[in-house]
Amino acid sequence: MLHTKLNHIESTQQYQELLSSGKKIAVVCGRMGPMCIPVYDVMDSLKTKYPDVEFMDMEFDAPVAAETIRRLPETRSFQGLPFTVYFRDGKVAAATSSIQNKQQVKEILDAKLK
Amino acid sequence: METHPYDAIVLGGGPAGLTAAIYLARARLSTLVLDTGTPGGQMNLSHEVANYPGVLVTSGAELGRIMRAQAESFGARVISQVDLLGLDLRSELKLVEVEDEGVFSAPVVILAPGGSPRTLGLDSERRFMGRGISYCATCDGDFFAGQDIAVIGGGNSALEEAVSLTKYASSVTILHEFDHFQAHPWAVEQARANPKIRFLMEQMVTDFEGDERLAAVTSIHKLTGKTVRVPVTGTFIFIGYVPRTVFLSGQVELSDRGEILTDERMRTNLPGVYAAGDARAKPYRQITTAVSDGTIAAIHAAEVVENWKKKAK
Repeated sequence: MLHTKLNHIESTQQYQELLSSGKKIAVVCGRMGPMCIPVYDVMDSLKTKYPDVEFMDMEFDAPVAAETIRRLPETRSFQGLPFTVYFRDGKVAAATSSIQNKQQVKEILDAKLK
Repeated sequence: METHPYDAIVLGGGPAGLTAAIYLARARLSTLVLDTGTPGGQMNLSHEVANYPGVLVTSGAELGRIMRAQAESFGARVISQVDLLGLDLRSELKLVEVEDEGVFSAPVVILAPGGSPRTLGLDSERRFMGRGISYCATCDGDFFAGQDIAVIGGGNSALEEAVSLTKYASSVTILHEFDHFQAHPWAVEQARANPKIRFLMEQMVTDFEGDERLAAVTSIHKLTGKTVRVPVTGTFIFIGYVPRTVFLSGQVELSDRGEILTDERMRTNLPGVYAAGDARAKPYRQITTAVSDGTIAAIHAAEVVENWKKKAK
């Protein structure tokens, strides 16, 4: 269980339902580590500014991550936590590996999810 | 625009800033901590802290969480992930403008912005970040199990993390720019005793190569000019920190390294403006020294606020 202020994706079914809803979604897949905690914090700080985006997290070592985010072609070359994936209309709109600051996340949200 | 008055504003929520907030808030001064990132600062990057007096072993993130809770328990307000829009430190009443929050004012400001990990500044470094290049061994070490990797740097962090990475990697090549290490002798001994570690000294890293993922590091020997290509799938960079003071340029006096200059009471060249922690010009940067700076700055700043309040009556 990730101790963040984000809603968690804990099952593959929940992940599939979210994607099929067509909502704009940002998923931070990580651990409670030094590079991940700041990204959860960034996402939490952006909730009010981007009310149409669902900011979620997913535990990197949980089965759901192995079955979903870690299997995506877009994350195949990633070697840095967290894996952050942005979805629009059920499809990957952008994906990043390792720590990102607020400005970097906002740039992606504005460019890919607006 | 409405201005929100405080007795003291602390810019930065690392150990220096949070300690200052603890002291200021406990002195019953209304205190605001503004952090452009996540409170805890560089402590958050420490997987294990074992030299903070009174605590046997903890993580940096946990220590930061407790410091924040302690500051808030005394009434300090802590806002993270803020976007600073403006800063006026020269007037008697200091002004800080924050996006979505408005303008805050206070007679004293304590600058504790800390530092960021130093990068090599190569385009290829940015390209492979998260695809082979990392700044956190505990976060990303297990991606490189059974692989050949490199560590760049020669300080304590570089050598300690190189040893720790041998738990995963087949081999670790340390590339360092000088002919000697800056790390403590015990850290050097530990690294030299590890059969998985080899050393390339006096190297200037010039490029990272690969397609989707990192495949090699290229460096040049600083004396002979000989180019070395080291095939690695991962590289961890630990070459120190840079002070996060660009936003203060033209406001307070900085050293040629961008560090804030203070006297022993942490006063900058501007009345009512203090600096504490790793962004201050000083020889040693530890959590304990940041805490010390924050304490000194807050105690003196509290006196200034009390005098300012008396004058205002």
